[in-house]
Amino acid sequence: MSASGPQARLVALIGLATLLFSPPLVLIFDRPSTAGLSWLPLYLFVAWLLVIGLAAWLMEHRREDS
Amino acid sequence: MRTDPVVLTVAFGYLALLFVIAAWGDRRAEQGRSVIGSPTVYALSIAVYCTAWTFYGSVGRAAEFGPSFLLIYLGPTLAMLMAPLLIRKMVRIASTQRITSIADFISARYGKSSSLGALVALIALIGVTPYIALQLKAITLSHAVLVNYPEAAEFRLVEESFWVDKSFWVALVLAVFIILFGTRHLDASERHEGMVAAIAFESLVKLVAFLTVGIFVVFVLFNGPFDLFRQVADSPHISGALGLEAVPGGAIGWAGTLVLAFLAFLTLPRQFQVLVVENVDERHLARASWLFPLYLVAINLFVIPIAMAGLLLPAGNSDPDSFVLTLPLSAGIEGIPLLVFIGGLSAATGMVIVETIALSTMVSNQLIMPLLLRSKRLHLSSQGELAGWLLGIRRVAIVLILLLGYLYHALIGDSYSLVTIGLVSFVGTAQFAPAMLIGMYWRGATRSGASLGLLAGFITWIYTLLLPGFAQSGWLDATFLVQGPFGLEWLRPYALFGLEGFDIYSHALLWSLLVNIGLLVGISLFTRQSPVEQTQAALFTEAMNPGLQHTSLWRGQTTRGELKSLLNRYLGASATARILADPQGTQADDAPAPPTLIARAEQALSGALGSASARVLINSVVRGEALDLESILSILDTTSQTLEYNRRLEQKSNELAKIGEELRAANERLRELDRLKDEFVAMVSHELRTPLTSIRAFAEILRDGKDLPEEKRIHFLEVVVLESQRLSRLIEEILDLARLESGRLTLTPQRLDLVALVRHSVDAVHRLQEDRGVELKVDLELDQAPVIGDSDRLEQVIINLLDNAGKFAADENPRVRLHLSRHQQNFRLSVEDNGPGIVQEERERVFEKFHQIKRYGGASGKARGRPRGSGLGLPISRGIVTHLGGRLWVDDAPTLNGACLIMELPEAPTA
Repeated sequence: MSASGPQARLVALIGLATLLFSPPLVLIFDRPSTAGLSWLPLYLFVAWLLVIGLAAWLMEHRREDS
Repeated sequence: MRTDPVVLTVAFGYLALLFVIAAWGDRRAEQGRSVIGSPTVYALSIAVYCTAWTFYGSVGRAAEFGPSFLLIYLGPTLAMLMAPLLIRKMVRIASTQRITSIADFISARYGKSSSLGALVALIALIGVTPYIALQLKAITLSHAVLVNYPEAAEFRLVEESFWVDKSFWVALVLAVFIILFGTRHLDASERHEGMVAAIAFESLVKLVAFLTVGIFVVFVLFNGPFDLFRQVADSPHISGALGLEAVPGGAIGWAGTLVLAFLAFLTLPRQFQVLVVENVDERHLARASWLFPLYLVAINLFVIPIAMAGLLLPAGNSDPDSFVLTLPLSAGIEGIPLLVFIGGLSAATGMVIVETIALSTMVSNQLIMPLLLRSKRLHLSSQGELAGWLLGIRRVAIVLILLLGYLYHALIGDSYSLVTIGLVSFVGTAQFAPAMLIGMYWRGATRSGASLGLLAGFITWIYTLLLPGFAQSGWLDATFLVQGPFGLEWLRPYALFGLEGFDIYSHALLWSLLVNIGLLVGISLFTRQSPVEQTQAALFTEAMNPGLQHTSLWRGQTTRGELKSLLNRYLGASATARILADPQGTQADDAPAPPTLIARAEQALSGALGSASARVLINSVVRGEALDLESILSILDTTSQTLEYNRRLEQKSNELAKIGEELRAANERLRELDRLKDEFVAMVSHELRTPLTSIRAFAEILRDGKDLPEEKRIHFLEVVVLESQRLSRLIEEILDLARLESGRLTLTPQRLDLVALVRHSVDAVHRLQEDRGVELKVDLELDQAPVIGDSDRLEQVIINLLDNAGKFAADENPRVRLHLSRHQQNFRLSVEDNGPGIVQEERERVFEKFHQIKRYGGASGKARGRPRGSGLGLPISRGIVTHLGGRLWVDDAPTLNGACLIMELPEAPTA
């Protein structure tokens, strides 16, 4: 299984998702807004949707290729 | 509307609807119009991951531990992203090996070991039963809240009789449902279409219910999310609840829970069931890999708002796990709580259904079947169908598992909150991950390593999570939590070896996985695999290798009759007939069974009994070397070797093609050179012969004609002299050319002034040009033009250029112009004439040896009167100029419209 184009892109996306959901980045966004609530949940949902959007684009795009 | 009869009618009505849907799904499947053959239904069925724990517990967890509940869903998101790589391989393996459960999967990987399969089944049973209990508890609890609100739930189950407890009856109904739709086929690796359809429907129901209550809370109880969060921000006691400090274990706990959810998603028996066993089409994974995470986002969208709202509005019941119910109840609306109750019911039942099917398959195939096969009496005496037996075992297992779940719920259920039980189960099943995942990619993992790793991880899990849980429920003396067993403080279950600062789940996960992986890898490195194990390891790790798709592994000998009676005994007559159906017509029972048939029989048995039992049975009728290890390994090696050879061959052939191309080019060039050489020789001889012929002719006339007049004799002698001069000049030129081409031309470069040289040359040809009537115009822009060159040779070039220009200038009023200018770092000397010029394609050819330009127009006759060139002047000139680091080329004449030859020489560096 050589890392062909779509597969390499998928692996990169998995890496990105892991990075977005893990402590170093999560810690950055764990700070209170002016109102006193943490930005963390909002960040998580936004990152989550971003990853899903990228995955959807990658998968549906790839299916057209094959 | 919240009276018991109404709630019960709705609840059991909903369960009845499930029966209808499942029956419909099964009927459609029988008609060949499957309802589950779509990636969307597949993604919805995976959503069985969201149990009552999600439905009620997420809100509770969000209220208590902030955003950490999201991790339970971010982990599966990561796992699903890997679906096209990882889960696809699992599905491929499961379909080729007819895998029936995760226990079967692990057992098959490690040599179809029945003991390992039994261990996995046992761990799953112990680890997951509490989880089933949790679902039943959720049903009981939500029902109590619904009926008793606004009074407290009065959840004192122990004092009630079990027939009053609704979850008992729900469990009973579910048992009937699972027996009806989960054990229709004997072959557990076949899809349960009706069941999957019902599960997908349940996923929709719970999503709709949760979104409804979420929208209700945010937009009816509050004026939209901004209003809600403004109020939250105004309440200091909850505003900190959304940050990381609310997460147990902080950043480490965060990462630990993420890993835990990722692993559990892959190893929970029900997830393995829907992800792998019930997968209809590998291609569905691509769509599901983003659709399922999207479902997770949707069902989690309102968790935080509901949790915050519940904290803001004390709604009579302070248990955060019930906020989903109590919030709409407190608003006095009747419909929504009922819908929520149905949503929670669907979440719970979906989980219970799939989990029970998965567990019952494991129990019957991995725990009970191997025992039955070992008992000789049954094995030898049974002539009738064992098929009924098998289904019976599985049905009894279903009832027992549900009963066990209910008992657990009734006995311990009161002491745990929902989330706690869920996470304990997660860590337990995560123990399967090393054996499964490492086994899929590392061929060297052995059965002993996997077994010991699994066992040690399981024991660590019991010690660090399960026992402390019992202790906290009051079943054990809780002092060992604080002081350690026997007063050994470093053995405290929640801080093993003094490791503190972790939350209990990350702590247990870390130690158990550490032990598990360590033993798996360490022992694998020092133990040997049996032949079957080697084969299975190769089949698993190379599952995506296309060369393995249609390989038959059996080489032993048996007859069709023996296979037939074996299959008959275990699978029944109709299944046997289907398996043994031969496209080449029926064959006699005593005919030898071909290897493909043996493999098919084994697969069919695997689907029903699990791979370990199937192997035992086939071995009992197949004589000789049953499993052909050599051939499978050689297939693998051949495939990889062939690939390698192919790659090298391709590389070599590419190289060869390149070399061939180079050779052809060289050959072409040699031919061209050869042709040029022939031409050159021919031309040289021709050029030499012309003057020689006339010399000879005139010499003969002089010799023979004694009576020639004196002036004629003198004229002839002059011709002879002229022609010999021409001959010697020609020979001189040919020699020059030969020297130039062989690089032996000796030039003595020195610093000289091109202007002076031009003047000198012009003086030399001036007379001659005047004789020809050529008007020579010299236009020197510079006073000095220092170049490095050989003055004799350069003069030869300039004279040659002027001479040529004179020859090719117009017949009438011939004009030649010499122009010297500076061009950047070079000096440019151009000689143009007013002749017909040289057409574009001839411009390079004038520098070829002996090339002579054809003259056009009627004036050509007169031009013949002029001395003909040898056709060597320009090639020699170019050779000299190139030698001196300059260039010589033909261009359009700027002023005289004829040909223009331009010589360019670099300026000499200032001395």
